[in-house]
Amino acid sequence: MSTTTTASPNEAKLWGGGKSPFNSEYGKVMMWYFLMSDAFTFGAFLISYGTVRFSTNGWPNSNEVFRSFPFAPEGVHAPLVFVSIMTFILIVSSVTMVLAVHAGKNMDKQGVVRNMILTIIGGIAFLSCQAWEWNHLFHEGAWWGANPFLNADGTASSTNFTNFFFTITGFHGFHVFSGVVINIIMLIMTLMDKFEQRGHYLMIEKAGLYWHFVDLVWVFVFTIFYLL
Amino acid sequence: MSHSHTDHEAHNAEAMAEIKKVTIILSVFTIVELILGFWMMSLTSHSLILAIKGTIVILMMAKAFYIVAYFMHLKHEVKNLIMTIIVPLLLFVWFIGAFLWDGSSFRNLRNDYDPYFKEQATIKVEKKEHGAAKHEAADAKHEAPAAKHETIGTSHETAKPEVEPYY
Repeated sequence: MSTTTTASPNEAKLWGGGKSPFNSEYGKVMMWYFLMSDAFTFGAFLISYGTVRFSTNGWPNSNEVFRSFPFAPEGVHAPLVFVSIMTFILIVSSVTMVLAVHAGKNMDKQGVVRNMILTIIGGIAFLSCQAWEWNHLFHEGAWWGANPFLNADGTASSTNFTNFFFTITGFHGFHVFSGVVINIIMLIMTLMDKFEQRGHYLMIEKAGLYWHFVDLVWVFVFTIFYLL
Repeated sequence: MSHSHTDHEAHNAEAMAEIKKVTIILSVFTIVELILGFWMMSLTSHSLILAIKGTIVILMMAKAFYIVAYFMHLKHEVKNLIMTIIVPLLLFVWFIGAFLWDGSSFRNLRNDYDPYFKEQATIKVEKKEHGAAKHEAADAKHEAPAAKHETIGTSHETAKPEVEPYY
């Protein structure tokens, strides 16, 4: 908190030239701006979902649609259970990512490797859950342009619901996939001692920013699609 | 954060305590959200549901704050950097307000001036059993629009040019 006090003598020196006025590495600042633009992309998707939902008289009940989970006996329905597992997987993988960044700051290679592996496992677990859910919904007849579900009040539903669902969770899932790929590259670079040679683990921090953003987007997607 | 902790060890412990605190906060908020979600299923009162949804949105924003501020370390950055990221995101306030307002206005206009649109919201269609759909996975996709077609004719697969699908 006190690091951001304005009008201090430090402030003037920051903009005096010769050093980064943001007191941050170039790549990290650019990662922040990329994530900001990405936030607008996701925001545009989610806001258009809200606009269409607000302009429609009926809408499917998410507790009716997302009520299945793997290995469930026939006829057993548990809304919210599967998606809450997915949410916790992503939260836990976010925590392990923070721990990897923290270990990187201490130049603790073993800690980085361990936590990066856990983060990658979390990402793959999340993607597997999403693949199962997509597959399940597809076999129920849901896909882009096909909506087998009725509105909550029993009236006919348009395909807007499934179109938005598959587009937004798909776009998010693609981000998770790229995050896992980035994390695997970071793990390989750590194992090859690239960061030890550079003398810092800033790349892990940048990958961490991206991974947390993926978790952040899921907070919104999860709430808007499954709870509201 | 006080700068008296120049000691490396103390700084480490502080960072770990922060990670632990934020993890607990995120988990608790998620659990509260889920409890509210389960509770909402059994409710019928519209105003109560709306109040719960408002609470869930507030919890969502709080979670977003904790992820960005602590996990992404934005709170520990220089103020100028924080501002260049947060100020543009304020556009969302206008985006959300304007577009949701526009959406609900469009619905009201259609309900007022488009009798077909309004009628659609009153015609109940037969509910399909999910279990049956699972067994006939291949047929399910074609069956669902066909069932709709019989009652209101919104299928896009069958050629019925006089009835446009209303989305």
